[in-house]
Amino acid sequence: MPEERKKILEVHHLKQYFNVGKRDEVRAVDDVSFDIYEGETFGLVGESGSGKTTAGRAIIHLYEPTDGEIIFDGKDVSKLHTKAEKHEFRREMQMIFQDPYASLNPRMKVKDIVAEGIDIHGLAKDDADRTKQVEDLLETVGLNKDHSSRYPHEFSGGQRQRIGIARALAVEPKFIIADEPISALDVSIQAQVVNLMKELQVKQNLTYLFIAHDLSMVKYISDRIGVMHYGKILEIGPADEVYTHPLHAYTKSLISAVPVPDPEFERNRKQVPYDESREKDDKKRRMVEIAPGHFVRASEDEVPMYTQRAIDAGLVTEFSE
Amino acid sequence: MENPENVIEVRNLQIDFHTYAGEVKAIRDVSFDLRKGETLAIVGESGSGKSVTTRSLMGLLAPNAVIKGGSIMFHGDDIIKKSEKEMQHIRGKDIAMIFQDPMTSLDPTMRIGMQIAEPLMKHKGLKKKEAISQALEMLKLVGITDPEARLNDYPYQFSGGMRQRIVIAIALVCYPEVLIADEPTTALDVTIQAQILDLMKDLQNRIDTSIIFITHDLGVVAGMADRVAVMYAGKIVEYGTVDEIFFNPQHPYTWGLLNSMPTLNTAGGSLRAIPGTPPDLLDPPVGDAFAARSDYAMKIDTEKEPPFFKVSDTHYAATWLLHPDAPKVTPPAEIVRRQKKFAEMQRPEPPIKNTTKE
Repeated sequence: MPEERKKILEVHHLKQYFNVGKRDEVRAVDDVSFDIYEGETFGLVGESGSGKTTAGRAIIHLYEPTDGEIIFDGKDVSKLHTKAEKHEFRREMQMIFQDPYASLNPRMKVKDIVAEGIDIHGLAKDDADRTKQVEDLLETVGLNKDHSSRYPHEFSGGQRQRIGIARALAVEPKFIIADEPISALDVSIQAQVVNLMKELQVKQNLTYLFIAHDLSMVKYISDRIGVMHYGKILEIGPADEVYTHPLHAYTKSLISAVPVPDPEFERNRKQVPYDESREKDDKKRRMVEIAPGHFVRASEDEVPMYTQRAIDAGLVTEFSE
Repeated sequence: MENPENVIEVRNLQIDFHTYAGEVKAIRDVSFDLRKGETLAIVGESGSGKSVTTRSLMGLLAPNAVIKGGSIMFHGDDIIKKSEKEMQHIRGKDIAMIFQDPMTSLDPTMRIGMQIAEPLMKHKGLKKKEAISQALEMLKLVGITDPEARLNDYPYQFSGGMRQRIVIAIALVCYPEVLIADEPTTALDVTIQAQILDLMKDLQNRIDTSIIFITHDLGVVAGMADRVAVMYAGKIVEYGTVDEIFFNPQHPYTWGLLNSMPTLNTAGGSLRAIPGTPPDLLDPPVGDAFAARSDYAMKIDTEKEPPFFKVSDTHYAATWLLHPDAPKVTPPAEIVRRQKKFAEMQRPEPPIKNTTKE
C-alpha cells in the first residue's frame, strides 16, 4: 500500500464493552486496530453480531469507547475537550444509516432534515443561502428542488437514502461512515445509490468507512477491506486480494457463502465450513502483515502457515520474515 | 387441473387494492403453474406484486384487496372461492408459508416447542405430548443444537438464523405440498443464509414439497430455483428455466436486473443501475410498463402491451423486441457474455473419440 498517503483515521486497540464487569459483559469490539487513508473506501464486513456497527458508532463517538485510541485527522477523538473541538469533529465526520425509513424524522420537511446540520453549525449566511444550499444538495444526490417541501413518507426507499446522503453532505464532511446504506433497497436502486456514493467521493474528496454484510457490494465499492468476526478483525487487505486470495479460514468461509447470480456456478458451489473453536484456544494473536498490506490475525505458530498460503497464492514471492 | 404435473395453476389473476388515493392495480393478469417437487422463484422489486401474488394463494390478502378476476386452482378447487374456514384447513397443512422476518413471525410469548406442535394438534388432531415429541424431531431436522433443552425456550432466546430455522420447522411440520417462502433469508447473514438454503433444499428432497421462492436476490435464485418468473409492475414479464433466465434473458428488465448486480468478479467502474423508479400502479402505464426505464423502448412499447413471445417450450417473454418485425438490438455486454455461455451450454457434447486402447 502507498505508505506516503495520509492516514485520516487511525484506530488503535479499540475496545467497546457493554455491561462492563457484570456477568453479561459483552465484548462487542475487542482490540480492533486499523487505519483509513484519505480518499479511500474502507469496507468493514462481517456478520450480524460481529461488532462492525458498534465499531462504526464508537469511531463517530456515539459510544464512549471502553479502551483504545481513535485518531481522526491527527487528533485524539476522546481528548476533544472544548465545545468548539467537538463541534468541528461532528461536522467533519458524518454518518449514513441503514434504514431510510427510521433515520428520517417523519414530521420534518426534507429541507429541514437536510438543513439541520447547516443550522447547527451555522453554515448558512441567511435564509436564502440556506434554501440555496439545500436545493444544491438535493440536486447533487439526484433529487430536485421541488422535493424540499415534502415529507419523508412521500419518498421511496432509494429516494429517502438519497435524502440521508444529502443530510450527511450538508456540513461538508471529510469522512462518512455508511452503515449498511443499501441493505434496505431493491437491487436496481442499490446500484443507483452506490454509483452516487462513488461519484460524490471523487467530486468532494470523501473518505468512506463502508459497513456492510453484502460482500459483493463491499468488494465493488471498497479499496481495502477488513473482515470482522466476534469483535475482532481477522483479516485486512486490498479488496481484490482479500476476495480472490483470502488467507484466513473465516474469510474463506464467508466468501464461499456469497450467492452468485450464475446457476452453473451455484450448482458446483462448495461452501467452506468454518470451525469457530479455532479462535478460542487462548493463544496470543496479533495482526501480522503476511503479504504487503495484507494482514491476518495470527498467533506466532500460525504465521508460517499463512505465509505459505500467501506464497502459494502468489502474493509474496519469497520468505521475507 | 390442465396438467396433472401441476400442483397449483394460477390463471389471469387480477388484484386491486382500495386506497384513499384510488384503486392500486397491484396484480395485472398473472398466470403461472407450480409443478410437483419444483422450486419456482418469483423475482422482482418491491411493489412488483410478488408478495401479493403468493399471499393470495394463502388467502391472506389485506382487507382492502379485491380479487378482480382469475383463478387459483389447487387440487381441482379454486382457492379464491373458498371460505375463510376452508382456508384454515389448507393453510399450514397443505400450503405453508415462511415469512421474511423471523423476528416478527414467531409468537414472542409462546415456547417454541409449542409453536411447532400447534399445527400438528390443529390439523392432525395429535395429542399435546405426541405433537411435542414430533416437534422435537423437527427441531433436530432443522439443525437446532441441544433440541430437548431448547424446546421450552422463547423466541427471544434465539438468534435470527435459529429463529428462521424454527419458522421453517413450523411450516414443514405438517409436510405441506406447497411451501411459499417469501424472502426467507433476506434478514440473515450470508453464511447463515447458505445454511438455511441448504436446509430448505434438503428438506424439499425429503418431503417432496413444491416451493415458491420469492426474493430479489438473483444470487439466491440461481442457487435455488428450477424455474424463474420475473415480475415487474404487477405482471410476469418473463419466465423460463433457471438457465434460460440467467443465460438467455430476453426482456430488457431482466437484462437490467442481471446487469445491476456486482458479482465477485465485477471490476471497477460504475454499476449499470436501472434509471428511475417503478411506475405508480394507481395509474399503470399503457403498453410495456418498463418502457420508461428501458434503453431499448420502441414506439409500440408505449402504445400496446406486449404479449408473451415464445423463446422455447419452457421460456416466454413479454417484450416487443421478440416480435419478428422488431429491429435487432444488442443487449448489454454482460448479457451478451451470458448468452454466449448459453449457446455453449446448448451445443451438443462433442462425440468422445475412443483413443484409449484397452
